[in-house]
Amino acid sequence: MREKTVYTLGLIGSLILLYNLFTVFMVLPDEAMQGAIYRILFIHVPAAFAAWILYTVALVGSVMFLVKKDFAYDSMATSCIEVATMFTLVNLVTGSIWGRVMWGIWWAWDVRLTSQLICFLLYLGYLLLRPAVNEPTQRATMSAILSIFAFVDIPIVFMAIRWHDARTQHPAPVLETGGLAPEFKGPFWLGVLSFILISGAMVLVRLHQENTRREMDSVRREVHAL
Amino acid sequence: MDQINLRFLFYGYSAAWLIVIAYVILLVRRGQKMDKELTRLKNLVDERKN
Repeated sequence: MREKTVYTLGLIGSLILLYNLFTVFMVLPDEAMQGAIYRILFIHVPAAFAAWILYTVALVGSVMFLVKKDFAYDSMATSCIEVATMFTLVNLVTGSIWGRVMWGIWWAWDVRLTSQLICFLLYLGYLLLRPAVNEPTQRATMSAILSIFAFVDIPIVFMAIRWHDARTQHPAPVLETGGLAPEFKGPFWLGVLSFILISGAMVLVRLHQENTRREMDSVRREVHAL
Repeated sequence: MDQINLRFLFYGYSAAWLIVIAYVILLVRRGQKMDKELTRLKNLVDERKN
């Protein structure tokens, strides 16, 4: 059942992604101001959306673990965070490459970019520190607290381009300001959908690995007891 | 401008797919390693029980 769901999500996500890439590269015209480079938007933004959704699920999982002390929630949180961190890296790298063409620089230390980098570093810290704690309950509790603490940065990343007095080079949110041409909206949302489906498949695979790790711990205890 | 534009577009997409593919390879390899280790541990339990 789990494998079927993983393959179905992955396959549908990949097919939508392939169709979308064909549309983005072969059908859509160049953007008037940016030329061809605007096409990075179709992976840059969906990567951020997928990551934000997964960070939110991880937050819920972390809070639920602290309340119920059920390890299934801890597994869910850590699986989501690992996949989300990978997508955050995609977002940062593609954004930097876009910035190199549009601004002439690879990086700007403004609110949006810096808060997104901090987000990446916080969750990377979560993933690196987690294996350092051996005792499962202590590890899950510390991970949950760190995950809740790290999530504080997400609203800052989200709002950084919406605050009027925020000095940011990052473009304003195109969906809310109407900066996205109607013919770009379909491929944009299809891109978001494909990234969500693919990230869902990855989380399920990662979740299975967390369960296997837990089973390994219990078999190891059995080996020592015998 | 157009040439630079296309070159950096290629860099952007290449970097994105490289990150995703590297992660998928990592995920698959880790899964295989864990499955092997779990089988080994289960065999060890069976051996000790017998």
